[in-house]
Amino acid sequence: MNFILKIWRQSGPSEAGQMVTYPVSHVSQDMSFLEMIDELNIDLIQKGEEPVVFDHDCREGICGMCSLFINGEAHGPGRAVTTCQLHMREFKEGDVITIEPWRAEAFPVIKDLMVDRTAFDRIIQAGGYVSVNTSGNIPDANALLVPKVDADAAFDAASCIGCGACVATCKNASAMLFVSAKVSQFALLPQGRVEAAERVQNMVRQMDLEGFGSCTNTGACEVECPAGISIENIARMNREFLKASLG
Amino acid sequence: MATGKGLFGSSIARKYWMALTGLFLCSFLVIHLLGNIPLMLGHQDDFNLYARFMTTFPVIKAVSYLLYASFVVHAVDGILLMRQNAAARPVKYAAYNGAANASWSSRNMGLLGVFTLVFIVVHLKSFWYEMHFGKIPVYIYEDGTELKDLYTLTVTAFQELWYTVFYVVSMALLGLHLWHGFSSAFQSLGLTHPKYTPMIKIAGAFFALVIPAVFAAIPVVIYLAS
Ligand code: HEM
Ligand code: SF4
Ligand code: FES
Repeated sequence: MNFILKIWRQSGPSEAGQMVTYPVSHVSQDMSFLEMIDELNIDLIQKGEEPVVFDHDCREGICGMCSLFINGEAHGPGRAVTTCQLHMREFKEGDVITIEPWRAEAFPVIKDLMVDRTAFDRIIQAGGYVSVNTSGNIPDANALLVPKVDADAAFDAASCIGCGACVATCKNASAMLFVSAKVSQFALLPQGRVEAAERVQNMVRQMDLEGFGSCTNTGACEVECPAGISIENIARMNREFLKASLG
Repeated sequence: MATGKGLFGSSIARKYWMALTGLFLCSFLVIHLLGNIPLMLGHQDDFNLYARFMTTFPVIKAVSYLLYASFVVHAVDGILLMRQNAAARPVKYAAYNGAANASWSSRNMGLLGVFTLVFIVVHLKSFWYEMHFGKIPVYIYEDGTELKDLYTLTVTAFQELWYTVFYVVSMALLGLHLWHGFSSAFQSLGLTHPKYTPMIKIAGAFFALVIPAVFAAIPVVIYLAS
């Protein structure tokens, strides 16, 4: 297959960038999107040009490192897939494909398509944990009874891979889906309830300080999220925050 | 930038205030619409008596201050949120396919809100200001008291085609604001439930279609009757 790629090139965090057009050929429909860019990069290196920088790691949809805003959508046109799991058969021969980095004040571009997502790490540091004593007598995991529905909902929330597609796709660059998934995975379980009030306040505070936008409830995030995180988590976080602020 | 903690500074709390004031404004729309039915039916005295009641009865007066405050809070908070959201993405996408994952009304709440604000200013100038502070024709009602003739003022205003069209367009845009806004407010307040949320969505769609449509019918009926 052959494509015309329009890719954002930016040589450093404070350099100006621009869209650059590259034709690619010899692309197999079985290649993943990242493999297709690998092919382009081989061409570029052979020509003595700078390869396109992009984030990736596991290439099997679990690590959350790959990103890319493809033809106006986070992780491209697929649903419930990461860019590394998106295949070129989703595109038509000769398509013009626009590839941009995640765009958010809180996710500054490092180079080309790679952005700095450490804002998420700082939100986790602000409260995305439970304080447990891990030295010595660890209680039996089954000693605390958890209703199946709660355990399932907590597990669903915990399947967020922290990729940032929710921020990238949101018209407000809001991180509410990510933060609410992290708040929910603890708020639903007895071990997490202990610090629930502080946690939601500290994480929301950090989210605001990082410069993310607010939530207009458009629902775009849950459509684009590769892990299928539901905006029901956002409603839960809204309840948790209200409870914590009043209490 | 939103600054984190509590019921005033954080971006979540800003949405609580949007939702509370927005829902209060929705309840106001219902009362306002019911009061305007005599206009459509051509009942001059009923409408003028209602207008007098609404501008003089103490309880209504107290509630009206809450209403003015709600408008101001909703509009100011809305503009603060729009600014925060714009600042959160300083560099725009070259290609952004918003229609792929969200409704048009949800993506344009700010635009729809600002237009509604323009409409409200024009609307208040035309009728509210005239009723409270303007020179409005009066006549003697059958009980011997003077009655401000807001009815005639209104009916005269809608003899103008452009003014009637402005109202109809404004109501369509308000309908779009509510198409997303009504159910969104429940989500903002965390009021979701597997059984009731679908019902709230249906109620919101019904509200957004019917209330603005009946409002829009008033100037149309008056215009056609003139
Ligand atoms: C009768 C008039 C109005 C009614 C009934 C109304 C109702 C609502 C409701 C119910 C919401 C949803 C709140 C939420 O998502 O939690 C909303 C959102 C909004 N309204 Fe209004 N509104 C009105 C006028 C205005 C005006 C005059 C503005 C002026 C700027 C405005 C700006 C906004 C904005 C920006 C939002 C979206 C906030 C966000 O989610 O980011 N509205 N409105
Ligand atoms: S909520 Fe979904 S889109 Fe957002 S960071 Fe987690 S996995 Fe990615
Ligand atoms: S590279 Fe790990 S999820 Fe895509």
